[in-house]
Amino acid sequence: MPELEIPAGERNMVLNMGPQHPSTHGVLRLVLELDGETIVRCTPDIGYLHTGIEKTCEDKTYHQAITLTDRIDYLCPLTNNLCYVLAVEKLLGLEPPPRAQWVRVMLNELSRIASHLVWLGTHAIDIGAMSVFLYCFREREEILKLFEMVAGQRMMTSYFRVGGLALEPPADFLKRVQKFLQIFPGRIEEYENLLTRNRIWIGRTKGIGYLSAADALDLGVSGPSARASGIDWDLRRDNPYSSYDKFSFAVPVRQEGDVYARYLVRVDEMRESVKIVQQAVEGLPEGPVQATARGVVLPPREKMKTEMEALIYHFKIVTEGFRVPPGEVYQAIESPRGEMGYYVVSDGTSHPYRVKVRSPSFANLQALPRIAEGRLLADMIACIGSIDIVLGEIDR
Amino acid sequence: MSPLMVLFALAKIVVILLVLLTVVAYAVWFERKLLAHMQCRWGPTRVGPHGLLQPLADAIKLLTKEDLTPSEVFPLVYLLAPFLSLVTALLAFAVIPFGPETRVGGMDLFQIADLDIGVLFILSVSSMGVYGIALAGWSSNSKYSLLGGLRSSAQMISYELAIGLSIIGVLLLTGSLSLRAIVENQAGAYWGFLPRWNIIPQFAGFVCFLVAAIAETNRLPFDLPEAETELVAGYHTEYSSMKFGMFFMAEYANMVTASCLATLLFFGGWHGPVFGPAILQALLPLLWFSLKVLFFLFLYVWIRATLPRFRYDQLMAFGWKFLVPLALGNLVVTSLVLAIRWS
Repeated sequence: MPELEIPAGERNMVLNMGPQHPSTHGVLRLVLELDGETIVRCTPDIGYLHTGIEKTCEDKTYHQAITLTDRIDYLCPLTNNLCYVLAVEKLLGLEPPPRAQWVRVMLNELSRIASHLVWLGTHAIDIGAMSVFLYCFREREEILKLFEMVAGQRMMTSYFRVGGLALEPPADFLKRVQKFLQIFPGRIEEYENLLTRNRIWIGRTKGIGYLSAADALDLGVSGPSARASGIDWDLRRDNPYSSYDKFSFAVPVRQEGDVYARYLVRVDEMRESVKIVQQAVEGLPEGPVQATARGVVLPPREKMKTEMEALIYHFKIVTEGFRVPPGEVYQAIESPRGEMGYYVVSDGTSHPYRVKVRSPSFANLQALPRIAEGRLLADMIACIGSIDIVLGEIDR
Repeated sequence: MSPLMVLFALAKIVVILLVLLTVVAYAVWFERKLLAHMQCRWGPTRVGPHGLLQPLADAIKLLTKEDLTPSEVFPLVYLLAPFLSLVTALLAFAVIPFGPETRVGGMDLFQIADLDIGVLFILSVSSMGVYGIALAGWSSNSKYSLLGGLRSSAQMISYELAIGLSIIGVLLLTGSLSLRAIVENQAGAYWGFLPRWNIIPQFAGFVCFLVAAIAETNRLPFDLPEAETELVAGYHTEYSSMKFGMFFMAEYANMVTASCLATLLFFGGWHGPVFGPAILQALLPLLWFSLKVLFFLFLYVWIRATLPRFRYDQLMAFGWKFLVPLALGNLVVTSLVLAIRWS
């Protein structure tokens, strides 16, 4: 990025915030031009967490690439898995069985809760409410344990497969989820008790970082940040995927467009997610967790021992991967941060020709200068927290 | 003054200083432990039972760490600032009485110096403390430090005013600036059961004092000068090793001073039920005093665990538009009541 040149005689101070800074949520660098403590100009500088995941995907088979998607948005790995897997399934024309879809929805909403918990915790600690951070992480820990149960990993889950799930969830998984659902709404109350009607919290967030609906549309802001500005758009409801149309839930929308509205929208979203998980647990259909697609989905273990054909398919899928018909597809889902899209191009081989990720954080970050300029340095912290960015997703 | 008395006075200073430094070190442990339990954590557990040796480990760590001086600092001021902070923080204890007058060989056991203007002395010394912070911020050659230093100068000067005004009510009631006289004035009880502590007639003054004292010691929700998430560490960003340790100790020493002052001015100092044999009667006041101070330290931690941080302009608005008028109003009402009573 070009260096900021300050003309002689200008009295503004240039402050380099980040990439190592306690509240830039990773390695975001902001070049701030300050007049006293007022931000005159804010220039985000990204690229410090560039991992080359998109490029690396081209060198992997379709299945291997799933493990890379975990690392893009590390606060909701399962959402990334789902989006990528849905895109590949679209290319293959494959429909996973209902049980797999239900479990996917359940885990996705748990990811949303976990991600919002990290957001709430870090946002609160940025503004100085220290205990909320630890309370949030206590509940997130429970969700990570649930992930560990199904996937064997807390964060890099890679649990979804093209055509369904990797494994049937363990026997007492649903019981653990139920238990979590019972305690969690009370815990949301606890966070709200500490924050929602707290005068200092309201003073720090209400009327701060205003983003109008028009600006939100212009800058490509999506997700809770856009819904807090009055844009009633949620892909789960408006462009359903993975049987979201079979669940009933509300989409919280607010008109104020400030940091406080974004806070309230996300807190309400956690409540709605609890409802969705509840429905998924109660209405979980019986049946297989993987589609029957010869040559794409690995054959069952028993068949491999008895059928020659199954063994051959197993060998072929593991060593070479499955071939995907040529074409290109864009699959968008509602991640905790907004519209997450995977654009996958296939040239007919077993490796994707191109995987492009439309990450919500990248677009949402564009709004930061708009909402923070002209405000105080302390508001900057509240603003960064309120748009809920994940740097891994921005740089990919 | 005989040489023996000078020696005795010196010994007293050394003992009180050692006790104070220990208290400061364990205030850190107390805060970490308490905060941890409020947040469903364990806090320090590794060094000693219940992490009780943690302050010792911290001291060794701070003393042996590499002492970095960034380039292009203003060396003299940069080195002086932490000393200034710590010395002013410790100096306030010179006039704080810990117990009733107990004379041994003509020397008072529980106070270094009973100044007639003890309250004024503490106020003036604590306002010197702002120099340490402001100079540290200015000399560090860092923008974060500078912002922290600027914030704290404005904040501490504004809240000093509120502290001063809130204390005047107590001074009017007592008619003395000596801390000992103020405490003696709070002995006894209304109607035989309600202690005659200043907090009862001076509740508004107490609230005002408490809030301003938290701001004065730069603690949450007023910890703007070192707002970790905004200014990295504020004025002490560029300090390492024991130089940082001095700022750290100064902060906790100031907390202890503020707690002592709140106890002395509003909570009746060492007054409390006294019973039992003579030795117990001599020690109980010390216990009451310590417990009251501990209560205020607890309050500090509790507030830190609960509240978010003010924004700079909100903090100033709160100080000037709420606290100062409240203290002034309290002052006017107190004066009126006293005037009516005397006439």
